[in-house]
Amino acid sequence: MSPNQSFDLCLRMGDNALILGQRLSEWCGHGPILEQDIALTNISLDLMGQARLWLSLAGQVEGQGRDEDRLAFFRDASEFRHLNLCEQPNGHWGTTILRQFLFDAFHLTLLEQLCKVEDEQISGIALKSVKEVRYHLRWSSEWVIRLGDGTPESHLKMEEALRDVWPYAGEALQPNSLDEQLEMHAAPYNLNQVSELWWSTVQNVFSQANLEAPARTWAPQKGREGIHTERLGFILAEMQFLPRAYPDAQW
Amino acid sequence: MNSKKWPLFEVFVRSKNGLSHKHVGSLHAADPNMALENARDVYCRRNEGVSIWVVPSNHITASDPGDAEELYEPAKDKIYRHPTFYTIPDEIGHM
Repeated sequence: MSPNQSFDLCLRMGDNALILGQRLSEWCGHGPILEQDIALTNISLDLMGQARLWLSLAGQVEGQGRDEDRLAFFRDASEFRHLNLCEQPNGHWGTTILRQFLFDAFHLTLLEQLCKVEDEQISGIALKSVKEVRYHLRWSSEWVIRLGDGTPESHLKMEEALRDVWPYAGEALQPNSLDEQLEMHAAPYNLNQVSELWWSTVQNVFSQANLEAPARTWAPQKGREGIHTERLGFILAEMQFLPRAYPDAQW
Repeated sequence: MNSKKWPLFEVFVRSKNGLSHKHVGSLHAADPNMALENARDVYCRRNEGVSIWVVPSNHITASDPGDAEELYEPAKDKIYRHPTFYTIPDEIGHM
């Protein structure tokens, strides 16, 4: 894996975790009950921790003196490399749950591959993250089943969430030029395999949830190339305000 | 979602192997599985435990504080039953 490929991969992984973590943090204090409020903010904090590791490594590989904070707070929307799924609004509880499940199912299989790549810094972060993400997927799967197979109202809300979130799920599964390079230089990286495992997880959970998986037709999204939906600007405005207004602020 | 309709569970956490589970608190959950995960998120986020038990609160039969006199007072003056006449060697650790 060349330094450029490693930088791009770290940025993509870090930005996914950072932006989804930031989104989830909006639930803090607003969860439906105290226990689930804590569950969701725990997941948000796990993702923030992962984002720090990935972005630190990205800065180190780049060698231009940018650290995790510089990368998180002083890049503009077009420089972010996350999936557009991660920046989609929280919606209602079911929307958040479904977005989380679709991401977790992808995230876990990807991390399992990255645990086995030769680069020890990358596999090290993956090995640490994979334990957290295994729990995220367990948690979000159970909620998808509980709501999909729950009351008529919860089922209806999950179908509504599916309509909103599903079109964004496919971006993660379609190889772009970075994926093709990684397949050649970072064995056992293979996005098609991730895609197949993702699909079987989704089918398995949806069948228990009494939900029908829509066809795998996706809205064309290019978040990984820096073309984001209009949602990202609002997230960055909130997330980056403080360090930009007070660049040397300390705790 | 109305958590008021959800049953209450009591949570017991084993802080490390060799110790017994200790009552740490209670929480609401729709079913035992959810109670276990809620307990993990609420009571084990700061490295508190290695094992969790959850028990529906209505399955616990408790003594009545009003009966304290007849239940516990009689043992107080029978000091020959109290395990205070020997010292526990340090290497025993937890008893």
